[in-house]
Amino acid sequence: MAMKRIDVIREISKRKGLIICNLGFPSRELYSIKDKNTNFYMLGSMGMASSIGLGVALCQKEKVYIIEGDGSILMNLGSLATIAAYATPNLNLIVVDNGVYGSTGKQPTHTAKVADLKKIAKGAGNKKVFEVKSIEQLKEALEQGGPLIIVAKVNQESKKVPEVPLEAEFIKKRFMNAIYELNK
Amino acid sequence: MGEIDKEIVKFLVESGIDFVCSVPCMLLKGILEEIEKTNLRHVRVNREEEGVGVCAGAYLAGKKPALVIQNSGLGNSINALLSLTKFYRLGLFILMSHRGDKYEKIKAQVPMGEATPKLLKLLNIEYAKVTEPNQLFLIKNLVKKAFKEEDIKAVLLSRSLWL
Ligand SMILES: Cc1ncc(C[n+]2csc(CCOP(=O)(O)OP(=O)(O)O)c2C)c(N)n1
Repeated sequence: MAMKRIDVIREISKRKGLIICNLGFPSRELYSIKDKNTNFYMLGSMGMASSIGLGVALCQKEKVYIIEGDGSILMNLGSLATIAAYATPNLNLIVVDNGVYGSTGKQPTHTAKVADLKKIAKGAGNKKVFEVKSIEQLKEALEQGGPLIIVAKVNQESKKVPEVPLEAEFIKKRFMNAIYELNK
Repeated sequence: MGEIDKEIVKFLVESGIDFVCSVPCMLLKGILEEIEKTNLRHVRVNREEEGVGVCAGAYLAGKKPALVIQNSGLGNSINALLSLTKFYRLGLFILMSHRGDKYEKIKAQVPMGEATPKLLKLLNIEYAKVTEPNQLFLIKNLVKKAFKEEDIKAVLLSRSLWL
């Protein structure tokens, strides 16, 4: 059976570490699985997940998991080269590739027909890049140690869960405190 | 490099900036070289908006980040500046070379050069324009304000500083 986005997010959510999560359905699904002080829910700034995650990974020790979408990484492909250049060991970028802009009505992205994110990430200079199609493969890839880029191929399903009911400033303060506590 | 570049970077460091993302500009050449000589963590990004994201992450992790860019890069960053940095109230200092002013030889720089001060006002980003070396202390004032208010503050560097 094909993986869903929420299966990937659930697997990542089980791990110890900080999560930077893309806007729209990914953040809603993450919140619905389990809200944690180590979750940073993006509410805007499409395309910025991998960049925010790189900044966090560079400036503190805890593991960082970035939950990104195919449409959103395609909006900021240069980020893959920056991530390769700074090769930060605690950075784990998981691109959930459903071939559509799932959060805006499933319009196709260019990974649906032509673009290969694994090759793009490799071509950008990243050494450890994996494409996974099942939870078993995802788990195995996550064991490889960072810097890590995982392209998780999933179907187009989004779970019908509500918006994240938290204020931006609350998300920020709680996340900053969590980072502070984990690093002291 | 010139004394002015050294002085600008000294002001950045003394005001507490400890993380920089940059995209080059001819005017910033000396400043970027000086930054490399300091202990500042310096990340070279490909597009200014990417730098806004990396600086946001650095701020969340406890740093005082600065973006060192040309003013045309403001145009490349607006959505992230508003829907990320402003919306979550993250501190960010932007040091911007101001191209497209009366000294400009490259005509394509002029439209953004003219729009930049108006854009900053519209975006509600407090800024100072520095045209003389004796105004460089404004960097310190605005860096302090950026992190006290958890907001974006900018300094526009005029070409006249290097003439
Ligand atoms: C700059 C910008 N452009 C467009 C949008 C609208 N938008 C919000 S989420 C989204 C889709 C994201 O798609 P993808 O990254 O593939 O993730 P998915 O929703 O499929 O998980 C779009 C286009 C936006 N919020 N910001």
